[in-house]
Amino acid sequence: MAAVESLPPGTPSAMRNAFGTVLSALILVLIGVLAFSIRLFSVIKYESVIHEFDPYFNYRVTQFLSKNGIYEFWNWFDDRTWYPLGRVIGGTVYPGLTLTAGTIWWVLNAINIPLSVETVCVFTAPVFSAFASWATYLLTKEVKGSGAGLAAAALLAMVPSYISRSVAGSYDNEAVAIFALIFTFYLYIKTLNTGSLFYATLNAIAYFYMVCSWGGYTFIINLIPMHVLLCIVTGRYSPRLYIAYAPLVVLGTLLAALVPVVGFNAVLTSEHFASFLVFIIIHVVALVYYIKGILTPKMFKVAVTLVVSIGLVVCLIVVAVLVALVASSPTGGWSGRSLSLLDPTYASKYIPIIASVSEHQPPTWPSYFMDINVLAFLVPAGIIACFSPLSDASSFVVLYIVMSVYFSGVMVRLMLVLAPAACIMSGIALSQAFDVFTGSIKYQLSSKSKDDAEDNTSTKNAPKDDASSGKADKGEEVAKERLSKKGKKKEREPAEKPSVKSKIVKKKALVLPLEASIVALLLLIMLGAFYVIHCVWAAAEAYSAPSIVLTSQSHDGLHVFDDFRESYAWLSHNTDVDDKVASWWDYGYQTTAMANRTVIVDNNTWNNTHIATVGTAMSSPEKAAWEIFNSLDVKYVLVVFGGVIGYPSDDINKFLWMVRIGGGEFPHIKEADYLRDGQYRIDSEATPTMLNCLMYKLCYYRFVETDGKGYDRVRRTEIGKKHFKLTHFEEVFTSHHWMVRIYKLKPQKNRIRGRVKKLKQKTTSGVSSKSVKKNPWM
Amino acid sequence: MVKSTSKDAQDLFRSLHSAYSATPTNLKIIDMYVVFAVFTALIQVAYMALVGSFPFNSFLSGVLSCVGTAVLAVCLRIQVNKENKEFKCKTIVTNLGGIVAMFVIAV
Repeated sequence: MAAVESLPPGTPSAMRNAFGTVLSALILVLIGVLAFSIRLFSVIKYESVIHEFDPYFNYRVTQFLSKNGIYEFWNWFDDRTWYPLGRVIGGTVYPGLTLTAGTIWWVLNAINIPLSVETVCVFTAPVFSAFASWATYLLTKEVKGSGAGLAAAALLAMVPSYISRSVAGSYDNEAVAIFALIFTFYLYIKTLNTGSLFYATLNAIAYFYMVCSWGGYTFIINLIPMHVLLCIVTGRYSPRLYIAYAPLVVLGTLLAALVPVVGFNAVLTSEHFASFLVFIIIHVVALVYYIKGILTPKMFKVAVTLVVSIGLVVCLIVVAVLVALVASSPTGGWSGRSLSLLDPTYASKYIPIIASVSEHQPPTWPSYFMDINVLAFLVPAGIIACFSPLSDASSFVVLYIVMSVYFSGVMVRLMLVLAPAACIMSGIALSQAFDVFTGSIKYQLSSKSKDDAEDNTSTKNAPKDDASSGKADKGEEVAKERLSKKGKKKEREPAEKPSVKSKIVKKKALVLPLEASIVALLLLIMLGAFYVIHCVWAAAEAYSAPSIVLTSQSHDGLHVFDDFRESYAWLSHNTDVDDKVASWWDYGYQTTAMANRTVIVDNNTWNNTHIATVGTAMSSPEKAAWEIFNSLDVKYVLVVFGGVIGYPSDDINKFLWMVRIGGGEFPHIKEADYLRDGQYRIDSEATPTMLNCLMYKLCYYRFVETDGKGYDRVRRTEIGKKHFKLTHFEEVFTSHHWMVRIYKLKPQKNRIRGRVKKLKQKTTSGVSSKSVKKNPWM
Repeated sequence: MVKSTSKDAQDLFRSLHSAYSATPTNLKIIDMYVVFAVFTALIQVAYMALVGSFPFNSFLSGVLSCVGTAVLAVCLRIQVNKENKEFKCKTIVTNLGGIVAMFVIAV
């Protein structure tokens, strides 16, 4: 795009520039409003409520922060969760999101706008998505110019993958972190382009904000070194590269170590080693260039031979030491989650919890089209457009998209990181395409008064461009066009005036026939329209469900299932403050936030053994489960059951994971015991272990009273054991649609007669199959 | 063979020395500062190897701030060097503020 030169005001080009700036500012404001409003569907369709599970934890932390101040927050030890272990909140949470929302709430309250903490939390994500689209504009402007920037910002405002994690109410780390990610990348590219230390400092601060906000910051600290390495290897080393990279590493590491969650991991884990390695490499390269600059070539050759021989020996020693250090830790220094990114099969073999989270599964092909839609085929065009002048900035964006495509292929949750890259690439592609087409139209219209010979030449030389396929290979067309034009130009006699000739040489290279350009423009606009329609549909239908309230349309209107909140309210009103509630870890955050009761395990899943204990309890027969729960001081057990209304994400469907995780720690739980012929069933063909386990009993207790036959709508079969009594638990609450069922542990009998005790010991040795692997709770 | 290598090495050092003395004084001051900062960092590493790394925070902050100031000084040198045609001089002012601010935060 043409660079903006400083022109005296009042000249037509200066006026045009000013008009362009005002127009882009206006467009940016509109894009921000669009980004904000498209995320408000859930507030309109349901209510202003926090969604899902993780946001409830963030909301609870923000509440604590707003009530008690930052000092208390920093030192908070939470004893209402992971009973009896507790959790050090200050040291294990990424504080960026809560601090941001807390600051916004505090500022608003200070200027007398009394918004509640919940409202601030619900609307933080849309506000920051508007900021993120502005950051995308800035980033793409650095790469290709403001036209591409506007296109990319408009695309990011609506891309479904980003909407899915930042609707109003989805108060999660990514809401703020994606903005921080794009902004950090923008500052890095800006530093790379200008070489100013001011932006380098800002870059380090933005990186610090990113580290505060999300564990995905390791993506930045590995992508930037990779890009630096790429630049060095392709011969693009320049002092600006050094200024962009070296301060970032040092200051960034220092600042990252300030965040308690990261702490010393900033220098000790393998995730950061890449940055240090490239730090050393860039110093070596800088030194080499410097010496090359001050020496004569002959002397330089001598220097090289001398250094290489000594340096190689030193390098080998250092590498050997490093390898020994890294190999001494069992995972080679990587954390579990990062290792599962590099080796996708790692989690399923060693850490079933990571494998069980549905967000950590690889995505399917349709999810790509659902999440980034039209951008999926604009991205390759953008990559080609980035190569036409390959600059440092465009090589960075290409590397970004390649890496994010790989990682999004490993884990569905990382589609979110792909979204900004895809938007940038597509913005570049769209802007280039519009440039070519509108330029051709303008040229064609203005040259209608010129020589006909020129028109004939251009129409003859225009390659056959199917407008529908033009988008995919328009980049190649343009290049081919240019080459053929140049070739033809040489053969023609210079009949025209030299000035016209030079202008024609420049403009003719990009000229397509008028009709083709107009049709192509219209088709591109239609493509954009399809994208918008899809995004709005996705935002409204697919990603706006708060999942704490369910709705369904039926012939007699809209049914609302508010069972979760009903049961949490029951808990908070009908139990003592110190009562412990046991449930599967999915519901931990919601229970502590809404019911305000102590839970045993929650979504943080940091202690696998504790979760395995609860899983074992759910998979054991009633008496064994009672023993386990009693040892944990549990008073109430909560299960989620969807059989009455057909809610598919209930505990029976998750039950196999409980068995696997429990079996991972306590070998007397074997998955095969719960499967009949390898199939998971709960009907009359189910195994006796399955029919006797606590989860089955708690879910299906009195279920037969609902319809007389016990027909489970999710599993689509009648249940196996229909009439049974509970001996160690009593039912205290079942929600309106039977979705949440709460049971209380019955107190122990006062007297145990001798005969019963002997019977207990006999059944103990009979229950465990091998004498070696005994049930540790009996 | 060895003699020619050693003669080459001597020539190399002599030419390096002569080329380096040609750099202007202000750049040499910056270079001295960089050497001093790196030297301080090395002393801290040696101390840690000797005494043990117990307050790891202090070790980390000490070494990183020394390396940080060295890096920033190198950047300053890059920008001030008149042979690099890419920079304007006004970045000097903002950069000094950057160093001071970063130290206050980092340490």
